Amino acid sequence: MKRAKRFEVLEKRPVNQDGFVAEWPEVGLIAMNSPHDPKPSITVKDGKIIEMDGKTREEFDFIDQFIADYAINIEKAEEVMNMDSVKLAKMLVDVNVPREDIIPLTTAMTPAKIVEVVGHMNVVEMMMAVQKMRARKTPANQCHVTNVKDHPVQIAADAAEAALRGFAEQETTIGVVRYAPFNALALLVGSQTGRGGVLTQCAIEEATELLLGMRGLTAYAETVSVYGTEQVFVDGDDTPWSKAFLASCYASRGLKMRFTSGTGSEVQMGYAENKSMLYLEARCVMVTKGAGVQGLQNGSISCIGVPGAVPSGIRAVLAENLITAMLDLENASGNDQTFSHSDIRRTARMLMQFLPGTDFIFSGYSAVPNYDNMFAGSNFDAEDFDDYNVLQRDLQVEGGVRPVSEEEVIAIRNKAAKAIQAVFKGLGLPPISDEEVEAATYAHGSKDMPDRDVPQDLKAADELIKRGVTGIDVVKVLAEAGFEDVAENILNLLKQRVSGDYLHTSAILDKDFNVISAVNDKNDYRGPATGFRISKERWEEIKNIRNALKPEDFD
Amino acid sequence: MRLSEELIREIAAQVIQSLEQSNKPAADISAMELIEKGEAQKGTNTDEVVIGVSVGFGTHQTKTIIDIPHSKVLREMFAGIEEEGLKSRVVKIKHSADLGVIGNTAAKLSGSGIGIGIQSRGTTLIHQKDLVPLNNLELFPQSPLLDLETYRAIGRNAAKYAKGENPSPVPVRNDQMARPKYQAKAAVLHLKETQHIERGAKPVELEVRFK
Repeated sequence: MKRAKRFEVLEKRPVNQDGFVAEWPEVGLIAMNSPHDPKPSITVKDGKIIEMDGKTREEFDFIDQFIADYAINIEKAEEVMNMDSVKLAKMLVDVNVPREDIIPLTTAMTPAKIVEVVGHMNVVEMMMAVQKMRARKTPANQCHVTNVKDHPVQIAADAAEAALRGFAEQETTIGVVRYAPFNALALLVGSQTGRGGVLTQCAIEEATELLLGMRGLTAYAETVSVYGTEQVFVDGDDTPWSKAFLASCYASRGLKMRFTSGTGSEVQMGYAENKSMLYLEARCVMVTKGAGVQGLQNGSISCIGVPGAVPSGIRAVLAENLITAMLDLENASGNDQTFSHSDIRRTARMLMQFLPGTDFIFSGYSAVPNYDNMFAGSNFDAEDFDDYNVLQRDLQVEGGVRPVSEEEVIAIRNKAAKAIQAVFKGLGLPPISDEEVEAATYAHGSKDMPDRDVPQDLKAADELIKRGVTGIDVVKVLAEAGFEDVAENILNLLKQRVSGDYLHTSAILDKDFNVISAVNDKNDYRGPATGFRISKERWEEIKNIRNALKPEDFD
Repeated sequence: MRLSEELIREIAAQVIQSLEQSNKPAADISAMELIEKGEAQKGTNTDEVVIGVSVGFGTHQTKTIIDIPHSKVLREMFAGIEEEGLKSRVVKIKHSADLGVIGNTAAKLSGSGIGIGIQSRGTTLIHQKDLVPLNNLELFPQSPLLDLETYRAIGRNAAKYAKGENPSPVPVRNDQMARPKYQAKAAVLHLKETQHIERGAKPVELEVRFK
């Protein structure tokens, strides 16, 4: 065929590098409203759910049973299930119906019912609902700090810069598993150099993740995954009860934690039981609720390429965030994985959470260039910082990030690199050279960093755990090396384990270690001039991007 | 006579096509036969690395997500292991398509306690018998980035662990655009793999015959 020149041009556009697939409902490759999804129903007898979404109690799998027994407000269930789903959807959007009036209804729905309700909404209506239904009034943001070399000095410097840029939470992970203790340590020291009170985590196999938390090398956990079908749970050697037990381990040590799930994971693992991605995700959100966990990271997360490839998939991703808010849970709302080659497409996807605001708009904005992002890349990265700041300024939106000057960034990166150098020295770990400190101070990514002796580091990281080093040891060596302020910040972070205040829903800490949560910063949105509004001081900060010309700049 | 640009392109395309065909290795060079030899036994030789392959590997699927033939993948891993003076043994894991389970099962069958796990689409890890399935020694999660050189290096490192050495991990590679491009394809390939899972089936010893 003779080719049309316009089609040849279009073929080269980034969006056509993305993978798209047609719906295939039989294997679960469908975002919402699969013909195989169950119809909502419930039967309650003697205070017990004996039938739900077309299955009798005898037919329940363990997820149905867990949800029926722990996740549904039975007192209201029959009343809500008899209400018209369109009416419930309208109540979610209506600014005259406050959040506290709807929560008792949305927490009494079955998975099929909640999916039916959000299925009546378009994305603008869903955003209206998220704005009202998210738990914490003030939106915030989370970032990723990783690099392809697992270089601890670079992690510390990047963490300090990310803290300065305004991220309330920071997450690291590893290229090589055995580096995990160093990555967690470097993130902790770097973040608390940048801004006291930033919460940090290290995403890793669950037992190690818990251990690092118990040692005080991390401040919270997130990578506790739940799934929407029994087989995927079983493949991970887990059940909803084992996950609930793990959650209680964190609670018993005063550690904040949330679960993780997301559309597409079941079909990615081959066991979607021919249900839609959103229906299965609704089950995950309800398992989280039933386990008594305060929050959930979702928005497809690492499987975003799957809902992203099918029709209405990005709408389903927003819908899963909304369902999380409807169940009165903290929501770290995704945007944390590369999903498109197209800048237009990845921005449009991000606006769904950015515009209404969520507890954490990104559950991992890459604070490093994407080539260093060991979650295989995020939707936005360090090279998008200025674009993101301008979007906040253009639209007067709270995106949880602030403009910074080059001078202050260089200074804080240098301080963090020196702090981790002192910690390594104090703890008897392989030395960090002045060259590494210098490189990390000015680095953009790991291509600017010298290589370390990896086998020696891995051996020392293993010994660090065997020796029983804890957060308190880190505090001590920092104080002895003259980094009293960083030491005090880490000590204050450890004190949260004792007070437990940051275990409340949607908790973050300000620079003075005050808890800001859904309890003392309750979302009271009721339409224009209510709910969260950007303060005068914050607006000055957002407005003040470094390249805006001022009147005095003109002759 | 003036040749139109179109005609030149057409001729060039045909020439390239014929060159490609003549360069293509005959199909049987890259092919192999996997013969099932009954239930896999736990090895007693400490100088072996066991490679655990997923249920569809080399049979229902024959190449990785970037079209590397499974036969070549195995050849390279064998070569890497042999370079370190160790032996390799291949088992098929039929009860789970989970890579952690595949690799850990292989490690538990291995006389050295070191195993390699690989799925049909090419995702690979190095495992050790005493680790929990979701842990590992080295993980290569981005299958579209795994080339033959990497598979050889994986074999080599697995052998080094088996000898009690502490090697530098195979350099980690990262392409943030692998997901948007390949994730949906990976999902479909995995769906095709899981359709062949046999719950409760024991690992099977494989004899590999390259043709």
